[in-house]
Amino acid sequence: MKLTLWTYEGPPHVGAMRVATAMQGVHYVLHAPQGDTYADLLFTMIERRNRRPPVTYTTFQARDLGKDTAEMFQKAAREAVERHKPEALLVGASCTAELIQDDPGGLAEALGLDIPVVPLELPAYQRKENWGASETFYQIVRQLAIKNEADGSRTHNTSLFSECKVPLRAPRCNILGPTALGFRHRDDLTEIRRLLAAIGVEVSVVAPWEARPRDLARLPEADFNVVLYPETANGVASYLKRMFGQPHTTAIPIGMKATEDFVREVAELADLDANTAVTLARASFGARASWYSASVDSTYLTGKRVFIFGDATHALAAARVAATEMGFEVVGLGSYSREFARDIRDLAKSLEIEPLISDDYLEVEAAIAKAAPDLVLGTQMERHIAKRLGIPCAVISAPVHVQDFPARYSPQMGFEGANVLFDTWVHPLMMGLEEHLIGMFRDDFEFNESAGASHLGGHAPLGDCAESVAEKTKTATDGAPISVPGATSVSASQPTAGVPQWAKEAEAELGKIPFFVRKKARANTERFATDRGIALITKETLYEAKAHYAR
Amino acid sequence: MNARSPLAPTANADPDWKPIAAPTSGGSETAADSILRERGQQSVFCGLTSIIWLHRKIQDAFFLVVGSRTCAHLIQSAAGVMIFAEPRFGTAIIDDRDLAGLADANTELDRVVEELLSRRPDIRMLFLVGSCPSEVIKLDLSRAAERLSQRHSPAVRILNYSGSGIETTFTQGEDACLAALVPQLEVSEQGVELIVVGSLPDMVEDQLVESLTRMGIDRVACLPGRRANGMPVVHPNARFLLAQPFLSDTAKALVGRGLTHIPSLFPFGGEGTQAWLESAAAAFNVDTTLVENVCAPGRARATQSLSRAREALKGKRVFFFPDSQLELPLARFLHRELGMQLLEVGVPYLHRGLMAQELAALEGSGVQISEGQDLAKQLDRCRAMKPDLIVCGLGLANPLEAEGFTTKWSIELVFSPVHGFEQAADLANLFARPFDRRSRIAHDWQKGRPGL
Repeated sequence: MKLTLWTYEGPPHVGAMRVATAMQGVHYVLHAPQGDTYADLLFTMIERRNRRPPVTYTTFQARDLGKDTAEMFQKAAREAVERHKPEALLVGASCTAELIQDDPGGLAEALGLDIPVVPLELPAYQRKENWGASETFYQIVRQLAIKNEADGSRTHNTSLFSECKVPLRAPRCNILGPTALGFRHRDDLTEIRRLLAAIGVEVSVVAPWEARPRDLARLPEADFNVVLYPETANGVASYLKRMFGQPHTTAIPIGMKATEDFVREVAELADLDANTAVTLARASFGARASWYSASVDSTYLTGKRVFIFGDATHALAAARVAATEMGFEVVGLGSYSREFARDIRDLAKSLEIEPLISDDYLEVEAAIAKAAPDLVLGTQMERHIAKRLGIPCAVISAPVHVQDFPARYSPQMGFEGANVLFDTWVHPLMMGLEEHLIGMFRDDFEFNESAGASHLGGHAPLGDCAESVAEKTKTATDGAPISVPGATSVSASQPTAGVPQWAKEAEAELGKIPFFVRKKARANTERFATDRGIALITKETLYEAKAHYAR
Repeated sequence: MNARSPLAPTANADPDWKPIAAPTSGGSETAADSILRERGQQSVFCGLTSIIWLHRKIQDAFFLVVGSRTCAHLIQSAAGVMIFAEPRFGTAIIDDRDLAGLADANTELDRVVEELLSRRPDIRMLFLVGSCPSEVIKLDLSRAAERLSQRHSPAVRILNYSGSGIETTFTQGEDACLAALVPQLEVSEQGVELIVVGSLPDMVEDQLVESLTRMGIDRVACLPGRRANGMPVVHPNARFLLAQPFLSDTAKALVGRGLTHIPSLFPFGGEGTQAWLESAAAAFNVDTTLVENVCAPGRARATQSLSRAREALKGKRVFFFPDSQLELPLARFLHRELGMQLLEVGVPYLHRGLMAQELAALEGSGVQISEGQDLAKQLDRCRAMKPDLIVCGLGLANPLEAEGFTTKWSIELVFSPVHGFEQAADLANLFARPFDRRSRIAHDWQKGRPGL
């Protein structure tokens, strides 16, 4: 049993719903009590889909238990097939139905339907949403691609080249991974299609996004696979490699450099010249991000301390962009995707920071508060954490809210994606810069510190907010000392266990430091004092600490 | 009486308990006589969802769901953007190790509660909330609550109830929670003589209590109280008045403790609020002139404030999907005070006793009441009727809008201050706004507007 306040991932059957909802011509009959129908709103409200997900819930009740839940399932399945006329039926159980062990797969099989039935076994007490999406995608492909092969309907790869190395046709790939409710999957897909077209690669099948069951039978026809989201597509990609010898990409095209890597990798798999492909690709797009980053206005981005958390794919990609394209300093890197923990650990090690592999929201909050970064790149959870701590934030990964499904074209991948990253990451910092300017006038009668940050909710007095955060963090960590940015509660009059106290003159000196660096100065000085066992911070301690950290 | 629908309170409900007399139909056809009962896919939240407003109401209580990742995901998805600093609700997520043996699950639960209470020393009341998985594996939360109470009292009071979707729908979660509070209520000669039952926004609660006080009913308190130690102390002969229509188990528990139910319309709209106050007044023999003096200004303000919404809504045809149990009182308000035409009004379950006066008020409205749900069939009926307004849950609203229908998503009706005279117009405007929005978007500026 684990105490959980907010979860990064839903249960595995929600992953299955993301696949079913992305596809066309499938229907998912889920053995589940009525409460589980909440999952519809993820798609209709958060993603603003204009149709209900293709899911029928059996909605059994307490009085049905031990009587006829199996029959209820069969009735629901039969009626769903009659009404929706799917080309393939997915069947499975949610957490509660798993306990009553009705075997949806067997029950559906017994109905003798004339469409393929894909039974999904998604252990709800061990696994989570992304695993559920990956497993569902894999089971669908395994069943439908194999079935069709057995029918003899699969056309085998025609060779790319004639015997004298003259290309007979354009190279062909599938795109694997985009699902419903994915972070920017719709726009990433458009961008990657454009990118592939620019270098002369044809797209055969995209799945699960808008694929029909019969499209999956054509998967083996492609020369190779493009994996956009390893969390959902790695299973299928390795299966296709095993069964049909199709290689797949491993570079994730997020950021300028990674997009170029991706183009090179694709070129290699497609037997094209890599340098030509990169030139072609760049020429077809307004790849402005690297120039924007190089321009003098971006100087102030140098060494900004950034904390990164998200699913593994987006966190890893963001770390590379932050460090090598934006010139930031990555001070925290973590992910809730335990399946990819090793990749996160390896990268964190090379950045000489401590990796954070956790799905405990409070642990992430404590780590962010401790790192006191200038910018947080995270999920909707980190957005809330950052808001409370008064730190600028940009969202880079699921889970996300309704505002992260924008009306405009806003990919994360490809060259346009790199432009989007530059804008969305710099914007909150730029807002912060405006606050700096306001800070220069902090004694002005109109512009003063207590007016609060304009991008953080307008005119709320800053002091209240910071204090409540300090209070909260204190209770949240069993009294372990955590310096909270902007906190005013650590003062001589309110001693906190383990935190050195400030002499009056030191406190006054600290007050002369511009407030936007004051929190960092306070944290550094306190750490410096704690490390040396200094109980009372004087003016000298302040400057000694400054000299120490300036080394 | 066959009001016990599949989802009506079951545990120890007395099927013959009737809080008030059923409406005297006098042999003629009433709204309640032609009820359509359906059993198929239900599309309603489970009782866990009510934690979202209950935890805001009882300010030092924590709601610990003992359930699965689905439960945790449901509450946070339904709560939407309402992410608070550190919420006073959470989930003890059962994993496969707990399923291996029950003894283990109890030890694990004790450990989680320890962890929680040491993190949150400000918590005075802890609800262990049962879920579908905890019910199916028969994890006995009442024994767990007893065991943990011994360890943590008097600092923390530990109670339990079930919010599971196999036993409760949406607002029944509040009913189960309040019913769990009833045995805890202290009885004293100095206690209050009237309890207003149902969680309301503080502002609304204050308004209603003030009206009652002005009529001389001044020994009055609300259930739930705003803090763990602020639950009402009741007089042995106290009466109670329901402010929400979904509290049948709580009502039954209060009757079981010797309290008397005051039947009434529910306090939605001018008519409902006045009837509700008058019911209280009649039970306490308040002078009718005083009642009139207290009610008249509020009623007049309500009537006046409704005029604009009435213009927008009059004659419009409305269809309700089952959701919160507020459907019947709201339909009555829309029909009688705003002139809307009722098509089908769906309710998750129908408690004829508590709804007697609401049903009577709907006589002659031509409404088709449906109980339970078969979603696919109900959607077919709804589309065929082409209503002007569909009141439905979040899963259905956007797809129906995309089909060209105008919708009002119903969860807002549960979260917003809508009871009482002063909120009557706010309530009406929740239904009028979708029309307003549609017409603004459809409308274009007249020619000759500067800049065009």
